[in-house]
Amino acid sequence: MNTNKDKSTLLEMKNISIEGFSDEIWHPIINGIDLKINRGEVLGLIGESGAGKSTLGLAAMGFVRAGCRFTGGSVLFGGKDLTKMNEVEKRKLWGTKFSYVAQSAAAAFNPAHRLIKQTIEASVSHKIGKSEDLEKEAIQLYKEMQLPDPEEIGERYPHQVSGGQLQRTMTAMAMSSKPDLIIFDEPTTALDVTTQVNVLATIRNIVKEHNTAAIYITHDLAVVAQMADRIQVLRYGNTIEESETNKMLKSPKENYTKSLWAVRSIKKKEKKAEDKILSIKNVDASYGSGPKVLQNVNIDVPEGGTVAIVGESGSGKSTTARVITGLLPPQKGEIIFNGKLMTSNLADRSKEDLRQIQMIYQSPDTSMNPRHTVMDIIGRPLEFYHNLKGKAYTERVTELLKMIELDESFIDRLPSELSGGQKQRICIARALAAEPDLIICDEVTSALDQIVQEGILKLLLRLQKELNITYIFITHDIATVKAISDEVVVMHNGLVVEQGMKSEIFSPPHPDYTKLLLSSVPEMDPKWLTNILLQQK
Amino acid sequence: MSISNNQYTAKDEVASVFVKRTFLQRSWITLKKAPFTAWLGMTIVLFYVFVAIFAPLIAPYGEAEIFKIPYAPWNETHVFGTDRLGRDILTRLIYGARNTMGIAVLTTLLAFIIGGGLGLLSAILRGWVDQLLARFVDVLMAIPSLIFALMLLSIFGSTALNLIIIIAILDSTRVYRLSRAVGMNIAVMEYVEAAKLRGEKIGWIMVREILPNILPPLVAEFGLRFCYVFLMIASLSFLGVGIQPPTADWGSMVRETGELIQFAYSFADYQFFLIPILPAAAIGILTIGVNFVVDWFLYLTSGLKDEHK
Repeated sequence: MNTNKDKSTLLEMKNISIEGFSDEIWHPIINGIDLKINRGEVLGLIGESGAGKSTLGLAAMGFVRAGCRFTGGSVLFGGKDLTKMNEVEKRKLWGTKFSYVAQSAAAAFNPAHRLIKQTIEASVSHKIGKSEDLEKEAIQLYKEMQLPDPEEIGERYPHQVSGGQLQRTMTAMAMSSKPDLIIFDEPTTALDVTTQVNVLATIRNIVKEHNTAAIYITHDLAVVAQMADRIQVLRYGNTIEESETNKMLKSPKENYTKSLWAVRSIKKKEKKAEDKILSIKNVDASYGSGPKVLQNVNIDVPEGGTVAIVGESGSGKSTTARVITGLLPPQKGEIIFNGKLMTSNLADRSKEDLRQIQMIYQSPDTSMNPRHTVMDIIGRPLEFYHNLKGKAYTERVTELLKMIELDESFIDRLPSELSGGQKQRICIARALAAEPDLIICDEVTSALDQIVQEGILKLLLRLQKELNITYIFITHDIATVKAISDEVVVMHNGLVVEQGMKSEIFSPPHPDYTKLLLSSVPEMDPKWLTNILLQQK
Repeated sequence: MSISNNQYTAKDEVASVFVKRTFLQRSWITLKKAPFTAWLGMTIVLFYVFVAIFAPLIAPYGEAEIFKIPYAPWNETHVFGTDRLGRDILTRLIYGARNTMGIAVLTTLLAFIIGGGLGLLSAILRGWVDQLLARFVDVLMAIPSLIFALMLLSIFGSTALNLIIIIAILDSTRVYRLSRAVGMNIAVMEYVEAAKLRGEKIGWIMVREILPNILPPLVAEFGLRFCYVFLMIASLSFLGVGIQPPTADWGSMVRETGELIQFAYSFADYQFFLIPILPAAAIGILTIGVNFVVDWFLYLTSGLKDEHK
């Protein structure tokens, strides 16, 4: 371990510009950004999607993705310019001096090899040491990463460990060659909040102990506040602002940065409704003959209100939605909608029943057919449920586009030509087109940037007021729950832990699980992580 | 886009909107980048199609017109001479393009309608429908197709219609497997689930939701399948159960003129040697041409990008 902590400059990017090729034109992605990182320092890069964070992160290693190119500037590392080096020279640095931790560890590991082989693979191929020694070091790293059973866990395959453990293994893999710089590209975005806390803590410790410099890329401000010494805010390929974390959080200079800090300002006043639109009674469900995913679930949904279902992945939130829509017939129990017992199987439901319950999915990329235009997507329910044709059809599509704050210029676009937020709005319009009584929103904002999330939530609240729609809002994000819900259902391992009005759920006393869930939500305070770890011990 | 403007509106979100181009403009851009082999392949295919369509205008004589001299040598009146009945070989080569290719295209189309339809049905319905169809296809595929086709054609008689139906059914098994495999990847997407939740019928899901997304591999397969069907028809004709005389066809032309090769004792007898080679080459060149085009098309749709451009 490095005791005399060296703080000299490690890497310096000067006026770096990168272009990407698409649709026969070179588009600028990064427009002349300066970036400097010292040894042992953690630099946080934040910005919305499309801001160029990941491209810049990779450029720090002298790497550009296929279809991109450097158009100017230099990346100085150890006195050499990486942009001028050829592939062979750069490859000697990659995996030895630089490592990269990707967002989805599950996709980055080879499912056919044991974890330990993959952990030391880069170091072995760069001949950093003998594989026996490296394996011993890897086990040491597993210990430091607080992985359970560090001696044995390396012998497992990627599918035999959890997502959080895999992400930690990947960090161990990055540390294996003792690099000077690690690039973390949204390493915890795909994890549950309760898992995220541990991963963040271990990453922070290991980076500090080994005096490794790191670039931490994320769109989550609260996370970057815990991790970084210095923060650089990016937008549209430009640096907006850069300063020390504390300074940045206390007194941001630019308007854009302030607007990032000010999000989550919406708060819905909770409203108690008497009439129930939907009741789920004593529902048990499982996939095939597997274990029960839902056990004796009872949920009541008030008319015109919003019920948020909260829980981590695997808690049965989405399964509940599948049971309500009829995609997964329950083994036991009943679903009563508008005072009428719903048949449990989708195929037996009438068109009218189907129209009344609509669903919006987490990922608009996979929930819209990439070959259909906006007109086809929004128009199909109109044609299908309401038999609209010709002029009335076009007018209604335009009207729906206006309701979601877009206009008719979007009518002939394909999903690939829309931004994430716009896509999700089109999905909302598709649900609205059916004129439903109930919309199930399955993690609709979790794939979006903060500012865009805010816009979507505002839109949903406005629509609820105007059209008196009931929402079931499935999410793992507590901030979203606070913003939008009237009632909250907390789920864990297929059981309902708690159900009640928002104010009741968020005020103590809490059942143990709710307490853990609430305390795991990152806060802006840079000391939050340290405090939470002290509390948990 | 001004940076200081922090007023958020949904309309202003950045998205990569493609320049509006017509289909022709897009095609031209793609064509400009096509490699030499693709151009060669396209030229070959277009030439064949041209010959097939305008056969009656191009051919010097009628399809089954018989002249006095059988086995006439190459001369001005008969560019490639005549066959053993005295029919002009060039004319029959030209008409052969029309018959062999026409039947092959029809057969491939039919194979795709049967195989593609059932494949998508399997992909969407799963369960026992899928099991039943897939096992039936396994059984069909286990029997060598040329021998099976020979047998069926001798049972039902070798008319053009029987030929099309039998080869189409035998070949639809491979189309079934492909469309089932690629269809399955799409059938689990959320937009298909959304369509099911809307209450859409299976026909809509097959044709409007899944088909447009699996078109590229199917188009490529169409090209390859066409080659196999085309070769199969030629083989069957060569064996005498394919396209029947007097209809001109390359496979049977090879058979009819094949014995001439034994008279080619020296280079001076090149005509004896070349006459059976001509229809065989017509088959071979078209197959190669189609493969060149399909290779390029597969490369385009594979999504691979050249890193160094």
